[in-house]
Amino acid sequence: MTDFILKRVAALLLPFIQMYGLYVILHGHVSPGGSFAGGIVVGLAFIAFTTIYGLKKGRAKISEKATALVESYGTLWYGLMGMVGVFKGAPFLANKMAGIDLGELGALSSGGLIGLIGLGVGIRVSSTMITLFFTMIEEES
Amino acid sequence: MLLILLLVAYVVVVAVTELPPYGIAGNPVHNQVSQRYIESAWEETGVLNMITAVVLDYRAYDTMFETIVLFTAVLAVIITLKTTEREGDGK
Repeated sequence: MTDFILKRVAALLLPFIQMYGLYVILHGHVSPGGSFAGGIVVGLAFIAFTTIYGLKKGRAKISEKATALVESYGTLWYGLMGMVGVFKGAPFLANKMAGIDLGELGALSSGGLIGLIGLGVGIRVSSTMITLFFTMIEEES
Repeated sequence: MLLILLLVAYVVVVAVTELPPYGIAGNPVHNQVSQRYIESAWEETGVLNMITAVVLDYRAYDTMFETIVLFTAVLAVIITLKTTEREGDGK
């Protein structure tokens, strides 16, 4: 698509959409939303950019290698966060049981491991959306 | 064949009409599990968002394998749809 208005509106809006997605991921444990919803918003910002500006420019923004790395290490990150509990002598994926400081209720740093796990899941979901979209659209072209 | 289908449909409809009505306080879904989450999720997990507390703490195993399901889905899509050949593939 080469529509001038569409391109300018997307250029204005997409950074804010992406910021909002990151906000939803990071504040998943203190406000409505969460890592799955936020990850989808971040992924959809990339997908909208690619549908408006074309496949080449979209690929320049986020490479295949980056999504593959995030994809694999995001999954591994979840397991590592679970192992924190094991190293502290508690069950796998333990949070309060492992003696982690839960912090002040309602603060961004509250919840111990929950915020970190949420960040991992969020970037994973966004990279899943991006990978699925790029794989399908590159197959067609 | 049609008779069997109609019979199955009849059984399903009868089972659905036997379900407890929606939104009644005495329903079996309102048991001590949801009560526990509502009353003590904030002090047991330290987060305000109760859904996040359930998804990422009480049911953390479920979410973990959910992410693995996503990973497997992406792998399957890449394996079936990726068309680019690697360098040095012998062509």
